[in-house]
Amino acid sequence: MTDREDIIVVESLHKYFGDVQAVKNVNFTIRRGEVVVIVGPSGSGKSTVLRCLNHLEVPTHGAVYIDGVHLEDKKTNINAVRAEVGMVFQQFNLFNHLSVIDNVMIAQRLVRKRSKEEARSIAMQQLERVGIPEKADAYPRQLSGGQQQRVAIARSLAMEPKIMLFDEPTSALDPEMIKEVLDVMLDLAKAGMTMVVVTHEMGFGRSAADRVIFMDDGQIIEIAPPDQLYANPQHARTKLFLSKILKH
Amino acid sequence: MTGPELQLQTETDWRSAWQEFPYWLIAIIGFLVLVAILIFVNPEYRQAFDFIVPGIALTARITFFGFAIAMVIGLMAGLGRVSRNTIIRNTAITYIEFIRGVPTLVLILTVSFTVVPAASNLFGFENSSVPPEARGIISLAIIYGAFMAEIFRAGIESIPSGQMEAARSLGMTYTQAMWRIILPQAVRNVSPALGNDFIAMLKDSSLLSVLAIREITQRSRLYAGSTFRFDEAYLVLTFLYLSMTIGLSLLLRWYERRLGKDGR
Repeated sequence: MTDREDIIVVESLHKYFGDVQAVKNVNFTIRRGEVVVIVGPSGSGKSTVLRCLNHLEVPTHGAVYIDGVHLEDKKTNINAVRAEVGMVFQQFNLFNHLSVIDNVMIAQRLVRKRSKEEARSIAMQQLERVGIPEKADAYPRQLSGGQQQRVAIARSLAMEPKIMLFDEPTSALDPEMIKEVLDVMLDLAKAGMTMVVVTHEMGFGRSAADRVIFMDDGQIIEIAPPDQLYANPQHARTKLFLSKILKH
Repeated sequence: MTGPELQLQTETDWRSAWQEFPYWLIAIIGFLVLVAILIFVNPEYRQAFDFIVPGIALTARITFFGFAIAMVIGLMAGLGRVSRNTIIRNTAITYIEFIRGVPTLVLILTVSFTVVPAASNLFGFENSSVPPEARGIISLAIIYGAFMAEIFRAGIESIPSGQMEAARSLGMTYTQAMWRIILPQAVRNVSPALGNDFIAMLKDSSLLSVLAIREITQRSRLYAGSTFRFDEAYLVLTFLYLSMTIGLSLLLRWYERRLGKDGR
């Protein structure tokens, strides 16, 4: 139904929370290996769109295809799709009762059915990739926010996903920790991972994004490459939003 | 004249030293020691003690097994209580509200003399083959299961929704996420409340004396009834319960402090 290169296809997506319409007729396509950043004011529906991509929110109308699989189809095994779609949250959401290594191993064991040895060795590789193998036996509460977020990224990567979703991954971090997380994300983008990132970090958008989506009031206002969207936005609402976030 | 803030400051310091001291504990231990001395030196107390004390094994057994079964019932009902399935959720709520709306003593009588015989008809076993002790354990388990269901529900709801979302986003099923991610954290959070219910259950096991189970309360009643030595029988009984509950409650306080130190 879709081009094999189109790994994410979103068709006329609508989402209501009660009477409030959070997402209004959103359409876009993301190619394999592409990095797309979504920006927009708070309440613009950007997180909701992201959460529809792995059905943490179920769309009210419309269709989401992940690597050709129609998520709204009753026969689709959503757990199998989610195993292929990693997600990183604003609040990290590490499992607080598990050590770092167990955080990175548990889904590999339960979902991928890997042996303990295999899961451990993949977990260590991913912890090295995000730069904190020495914290393997620590507990989340003993880590800084930046370290926790890097563990959360390693936890998703250990599943060897085809797509990574990031929901404001640096918004809850102290300023001095933002860079360490963005560096990991930049490496991931360079390695060819398909990424959808909700973030206001323009530096990341400029250096890693292929396209930037600007959303306002539940709708997509504008989609453009980063130089174009950040430097020369076409719509008044995009200009207004960018002027606000550029002021500080 | 010194400023009011300074005055207040010295007063709080003075308070912390003298007012934080656990006088209540000294008073209770004092009472226990007094009765212990009576039992030791007074043959009439000694006699009552010797008659009642063998019932402790039964009291402990009822509490232990009752609590273990109540944990299982409470966990199932608590999970049902937070289920998104309307039928399961309402079944759990019906059970919980039904039990919570009827006095404990009445439930013990109803379960023992109505529910168990009905179950014996339904499942085809002999009603008389069920000993009173088993009826008592089943009654307490059914009653406390409802209270513990609410504790488990509160524990599950105390875990931030991000934990479930993170687990589901990794591809875990609801059941896997619940058992491996949510429940371990929830049970840890509510373990002090569960401990309190264990103590409450130990006390409520005294109500099973209405089933003529010879636990310590029933033995005390028998002793008092046959000797007319009410003071001895009931002081010794109070002594026994209080030493057990105070011991357990101190253990629980210590465990809670340790839990607090570990952080979450």
